[in-house]
Amino acid sequence: MNPIETNKTYQEYVDKKSPNSPIVKNCFNAFLIGGLICSIGQVIFNYCKYRGMDIQMSNTIVSIILIGLSAFLTGLNLFNRIGKFAGAGSLVPITGFANSIVSPAMEYKSEGYVMGVGGKMFTVAGPVLVFGISASILIGIIFLIFNTQAITFV
Amino acid sequence: MDFFQSMDWMQLIRCFIVGGIICIIGQILIDKTKLTPARILVIFVTTGAILGGLGLYQHLVDFAGCGATVPLTGFGNLLAKGAIEEVKTSGLLGAFIGGTKAAAGGIAAAIFFGYIASLIAKPKMKKQ
Repeated sequence: MNPIETNKTYQEYVDKKSPNSPIVKNCFNAFLIGGLICSIGQVIFNYCKYRGMDIQMSNTIVSIILIGLSAFLTGLNLFNRIGKFAGAGSLVPITGFANSIVSPAMEYKSEGYVMGVGGKMFTVAGPVLVFGISASILIGIIFLIFNTQAITFV
Repeated sequence: MDFFQSMDWMQLIRCFIVGGIICIIGQILIDKTKLTPARILVIFVTTGAILGGLGLYQHLVDFAGCGATVPLTGFGNLLAKGAIEEVKTSGLLGAFIGGTKAAAGGIAAAIFFGYIASLIAKPKMKKQ
């Protein structure tokens, strides 16, 4: 047996040994669950509109319900099972955002309720908020500089 | 029921397909690259914000409804659109207020429900 010399050969070794993930099957599962989560959102959205709320409010309610649902499913350890099956199907919708807040918080519960739960909540969600909000501020400033309709070029 | 009769079923199918396709893009990123889930979420939010800032994402929202707003790209779009709307009314200050204001409901719900759910959660058992 040769000793593994460099990172590159080690990487090739790992790639050779690790089983190929069945990408077609994964994509199908992701499509199914992702579509299902979006459809649940759409039904809630339609119900809000049916009750006479405006679009912005309906969207907020959809987000709040989906976030609350997936947060509690994560707390009950059910969401991880869905996630194992669905892959990106449960990660990419807003449910994945809630899941990424709850899972590290649960993990570090033993470190206390302030620094453990409260602090570790944002290990994954923090970057999302940092980049999302920074991008929105930059876009706002860019829009202010080119304050014409030209920037919405369609 | 009246509500089910009023529902637009074609809209629901479009929503399912577009939402599913966005998730497939995420799945391909997971399988074909070595990006961590956190980076993929960041990529989705930033892409959504840029497309929203250019005004392109709104067309997808018009077409697919929640199929476009529920994935994290929709969250980015919401931030960018909120910032632009607020800039129109209150100038430079709006760039800082608008994005977070538009997404405030979702962010606050995520923090609140996230904390409550972590409190009631059972400690994780490492059994498979």
